[in-house]
Amino acid sequence: MSMLETLVIAGASHAGLQLAASARELGFDGRIVMIGDEAHLPYQRPPLSKGLLIGGTDPGGIALKSQSFFDDSRIELISGRRVAQLDAAARLATLDDGRKLHGDWFALCTGARARRPVLPGADLQGVLTLRSLDDAMRLDAMARGAVRACVIGGGFIGLEVAAALVSRGLEVTLVESCMRPLERAMTPEVADSVVAAHRARGVRLLLQRKVKALHGRSGALDSVGMVEIEGGERIECDLVVVGIGAIPNAELAVAAGLRTERGVITDRLGRTSAPHVLAAGDCAAFPNPFAPDPTAPVLLESIQIANDMARAAATNLVGRPVPYGAVPWFWSDQHDLKLQMAGLMAPSDARAIRGDPSSGRFSVFGLRQGRIAWVHSVNRPADHVIGRRLIAAGVEAAADALASMDLDLKTLLATAPATTTT
Amino acid sequence: MPTIHYILRDGSRRSIDADSGKSVMETAIFNNVRGIDAECGGSCACATCHVYVDEAYLSRLTPADEMEAELLEGVAAERRANSRLSCQITLSVELDGLTVTIPERQA
Repeated sequence: MSMLETLVIAGASHAGLQLAASARELGFDGRIVMIGDEAHLPYQRPPLSKGLLIGGTDPGGIALKSQSFFDDSRIELISGRRVAQLDAAARLATLDDGRKLHGDWFALCTGARARRPVLPGADLQGVLTLRSLDDAMRLDAMARGAVRACVIGGGFIGLEVAAALVSRGLEVTLVESCMRPLERAMTPEVADSVVAAHRARGVRLLLQRKVKALHGRSGALDSVGMVEIEGGERIECDLVVVGIGAIPNAELAVAAGLRTERGVITDRLGRTSAPHVLAAGDCAAFPNPFAPDPTAPVLLESIQIANDMARAAATNLVGRPVPYGAVPWFWSDQHDLKLQMAGLMAPSDARAIRGDPSSGRFSVFGLRQGRIAWVHSVNRPADHVIGRRLIAAGVEAAADALASMDLDLKTLLATAPATTTT
Repeated sequence: MPTIHYILRDGSRRSIDADSGKSVMETAIFNNVRGIDAECGGSCACATCHVYVDEAYLSRLTPADEMEAELLEGVAAERRANSRLSCQITLSVELDGLTVTIPERQA
């Protein structure tokens, strides 16, 4: 590069920070400006619904990088601000304080926000969502004085929060509209073990129930005191946590005229429809080579996708493009369950169960066209890490062989061609 | 304040005055030591913070629990007798002078 270029990153969480860090590692020597709308240094989000809520993690200890990293790497971090407008043709970003930043490259790493319920009473005090460190601190503070909590939504966030709150001694009721929690994300065997673990720890799970309204409490009508279920059941509570999914923050991209669907559409290099505009993380969708349909853009909210997409996007900056190629993986900690997922499931995939689900230690392997396509593990971390490598290598296996504990999974690795998982 | 030494992939050494109570992984991330990815942020879920621990210090460490031992089964680089996940090693004055070597790959 004869002239130093400027990279402007909208968003300062996992994807934005990884993109900046990778750009430097690859030798991008230009200016990097990162704009984040939170007051904190970029921090890890997974502990917000896990360790932080049970007191096992110190809020000051979850920074992703120290200040010295930003100084040493010459990454200019503008905190408490957001990019309000992007003019891709003019290569100009305008911040919400009116500041204008010229960029040769832009990266949209604006993440997602928690979906708010559309319900009577949703605006009452004590109705919380969980996405940011401030959200987690607010929930932590409210939980201190609370006796009963109601969690709406049986996804990962709702389940992790329910586990954390019940371990703190609260009475917790979780309301889920589907037959099982995690119905779209996990196999029935895994979902059933999640149900059993929550019930064993005292979480009251109300499945196939819909919330009708939230009501204030007597004496403090602007604070939530009761959740009304369709059919008339009423759950008294001191706080409500809503975990009903996330909405990608794609408005900036929409206004800039970029191609969007549910999220900013990119290719496997994180390139949007506008030249020199990249996107990565929870705001972006791209065709994932491990998806059942590897050609359709898919939006997957995970740390791994955010990191690996950011790494791929950064390679554009130095003219040595390397597209995304990693096996998607994800995890969740609930009570004494460690759930680990690798690969992407399709309903039509054949399945093999390894281990006894009633023992609380098992994995479900998914086979697509005879190859290992995904594995969901409950307290079997070795299956997960080896499974990731088996999926990456496209190893063929028979369902009955996988289900047999006589098979050592590592011997399958030996049959695989050399893996390239990074 | 325990000092910890990281032997990087290129053979060079980074010596860091660490805080007791922090893990070997956190100390590496905070000080931008390359080669420890720790993608799960220290949840013992991903096996990308693998290190080889100086043999002389092995006996001073709390042994790997079942989860860590299983994850070590699947590390990308060669698993050795002194393999550990650095997110599971908490630093203390007793570990002053600890040397860990970063493996050739984490994923």
